[in-house]
Amino acid sequence: MKTRLWLMAGVAVAVAFAYGCKPKGAQTAISGDAASKVYVAPGQHDEFYNIVSGGFNGQMSVMGLPSGRVLKILPVFSVHPENGWGFSEETKPMLNTSHGFVPWDDLHHIAISTTNAEHDARWAFGNANNTPRIARVDLTSFKTVEIIEIPNSGGNHSSPFITENTEYVVAGTRFSVPTGNDNDRDVGIDTYKDNFRGTISFISVDKDHGDMDIAFQLEAPPFNFDLARAGKKKSHGWFFFSTYNTEMAHTLLEVNASQKDKDFIMAVNWKKAEEYIAAGKGKKVPVKYAHNKWDESTHTATSTIRTEVLSLDPRELKDIVYFIPCPKSPHGTDTDPTGEYIIGSGKLAAIIPVFSFTKMLAAIEKQDFEGNIDGMPVLKYESVLHGEVAKPGLGPLHTEFDGKGFAYTSMFVSSEIVKWNIETLEVVDRVPTYYSVGHLSIPGGPTGKPHGKYMVAYNKITKDRYLPTGPELAHSAQLYDISGDKMQLLLDFPTIGEPHYAEAFPASLIKDKQVKFYKLEENNHPHVLKGINDARVERDGNKVHIYLTSIRSNFRPDNIEGIKVGDEVYFHMTNLEQDWDVPHGLAIKGANTAELLVMPGETATLKWVPDRTGVFPFYCTDFCSALHQEMQGYLRVSPAGSNTPLKFSTGIAE
Amino acid sequence: MNNISPTNRILALIAAALMVSAYFTPLWQISLWAPQYPEGLNMKIWIDRLSGDVEIINGVNHYIGMQHIGEEMFPEFTYLIYVFGFIIGFGMLTAAIAKRWALYSFFGMIILLGIGVLIDMYLWGYDYGHNLDQTAAIKVPGMAYQPPLLGYKELLNFLAYSGPDTGGWILGVSALLLTIAVFTEWRKKKKTHTF
Repeated sequence: MKTRLWLMAGVAVAVAFAYGCKPKGAQTAISGDAASKVYVAPGQHDEFYNIVSGGFNGQMSVMGLPSGRVLKILPVFSVHPENGWGFSEETKPMLNTSHGFVPWDDLHHIAISTTNAEHDARWAFGNANNTPRIARVDLTSFKTVEIIEIPNSGGNHSSPFITENTEYVVAGTRFSVPTGNDNDRDVGIDTYKDNFRGTISFISVDKDHGDMDIAFQLEAPPFNFDLARAGKKKSHGWFFFSTYNTEMAHTLLEVNASQKDKDFIMAVNWKKAEEYIAAGKGKKVPVKYAHNKWDESTHTATSTIRTEVLSLDPRELKDIVYFIPCPKSPHGTDTDPTGEYIIGSGKLAAIIPVFSFTKMLAAIEKQDFEGNIDGMPVLKYESVLHGEVAKPGLGPLHTEFDGKGFAYTSMFVSSEIVKWNIETLEVVDRVPTYYSVGHLSIPGGPTGKPHGKYMVAYNKITKDRYLPTGPELAHSAQLYDISGDKMQLLLDFPTIGEPHYAEAFPASLIKDKQVKFYKLEENNHPHVLKGINDARVERDGNKVHIYLTSIRSNFRPDNIEGIKVGDEVYFHMTNLEQDWDVPHGLAIKGANTAELLVMPGETATLKWVPDRTGVFPFYCTDFCSALHQEMQGYLRVSPAGSNTPLKFSTGIAE
Repeated sequence: MNNISPTNRILALIAAALMVSAYFTPLWQISLWAPQYPEGLNMKIWIDRLSGDVEIINGVNHYIGMQHIGEEMFPEFTYLIYVFGFIIGFGMLTAAIAKRWALYSFFGMIILLGIGVLIDMYLWGYDYGHNLDQTAAIKVPGMAYQPPLLGYKELLNFLAYSGPDTGGWILGVSALLLTIAVFTEWRKKKKTHTF
């Protein structure tokens, strides 16, 4: 009897131990009245616009906070068939580069324009990581209005960060590459240390109109430039770039670029660079890059290939570049709202170093250097250090600020956000993220005047957060309330593409400045139609130009004959509506481009090459009125060389 | 009177038979949880192989310079099947000849096997946790990653667990049955001597 009892007890213990071995899952419950804090009642607006990078979709998402609702996918570097971006004749030049038309890119970071280190939200800048470019989006029309290619760059990751009055937007290359003329660039990869350069571009931004121009490039050592932040207020005039691979490895970087205890934050005195340029010290070097601009009056983009850039060599031009040692491959480098503190997030480091701008200036003054790199001084770590945040967590990546003396650092490996006091360096709170947060964003967080209140974590791993959708999942984000002492999780929402950085600002800054439609009388498109009477079809050799109007709910002309196989047919469509929210679309059977979506008062052109005879319908894709389904037309295509006369009509009943 | 009771013969037989399960069930398991692995990573150790999320664990651990876990890492896999076979055979023999010395030897073998396996695991864990690649990307000063021998341990962002799996528990039951048999035989012998 006793034996049996013992046996049973043993089995019971075993079973209990086996099933009890999994610890409780990470906290999933949210406390208190989170729902009411993110509830935006029907018909009400969100408090903040949130401009979110789309990562590998090459676009920006426009979201509202605190609801997390997606308001718009804003095409930037990737074609967008739903509105014809990159397919219409007018928008194609926007995606032109020195490599020709590039239909895709990888947009990582957002910079919202500032004045006096505060958001003015006139423009949003975004970087193309793959084929290096910077785009400028007009935040009154939410349209990409300018794209400038960055020459001598291998991967535009350290970009598009801006100075406090948007004087410059920067572009530091992630991949160092050989520069110079064609022969200079054809070198062995194992000559990396000698022949590769890490170029930093400063792109000036016109104060009134936003037009960009590459003001100068700095020839920096062949490190990998990761991220950057401008100094602000007291540190205005300086720019800080994080670097990794200061080992200058060119193979298996995972290991070979992680060997040194310290890499650098590169401090750039751009005011000094301006002095050298004024003194004529810059050198013009041959390059090739595209500069594309959108004209809101002609509704057309132009692309210009530029062939020269001003280069500064900081090895010879002293006092532009200083290196601050920073532990273990720093990823983010961020400056606090006062401009005094520079935070380096060594992604492999066990602490977070906080550097003091005042101490940096003093160390430069005293020439308190531990060495130099090609003549550019390396400051002493201890001399520039304000202090280290001890035991912050694992894998620090990025830091944002609430304007109340606290910093918030994202921790990729330990999957959390850590709040700490900038002065005392004490960790005061931590919250989990789901899972492995990359960037974090506080409205106004990178500016001199954070709006605080909310914080968003943009995560790299989604796993079980939403209904599963096969192998590819939406990237998850979390919204936290940071108005109190403790961070509070409010909302978990999926995002579009793979967001990296995002910036949010109060909606009141721009919501009353929005373009509602384009005035027809101000439309200077060469193929504009100001009214239905001008609707027509013209043949010019094998090119056929269809001057098409759209208004609720008809196309004029709608029946077109005399088109031949092999013709190039251009539909120049003007939307004659003069009211908000009445776009018209145009889709043609067999078009191997996309559709057009034309805003009121705008003109756009779709090229169509008929490949066979027959009658082809076209129709409006945007549900415009009760008679939207009647908004259609036919094209008759005859064989090449046939004699079908060119003929078009609207509204004549047989 | 050196024979064992019929009950204990049966216990020895059951213990030996239960040990056969070692060839079909995992003996030991190591589990890891991290914020980004809420479902956990689990590695099972069998008599002659590994199974489970071994490659994922290797992927995670290479950042901190831990060795690649593979079957070639464990020479035990080549001979453990024979050790078990021998002990099982001896157990069967014990049941057949019903000698007390055989029962005691059978019991001793199982206990030695258990202790040996634990020592072996500890030594492996020590080496795995301390012998790190000096070129690893992440080096935390003073940090070692020796997994727990039994129970839970926090290692950076991971919580690690080590403990018996199905086969291990069954072996435990075998040992328990033999303990009962040995204990009753020992008491019987004591009584015999007393009288």
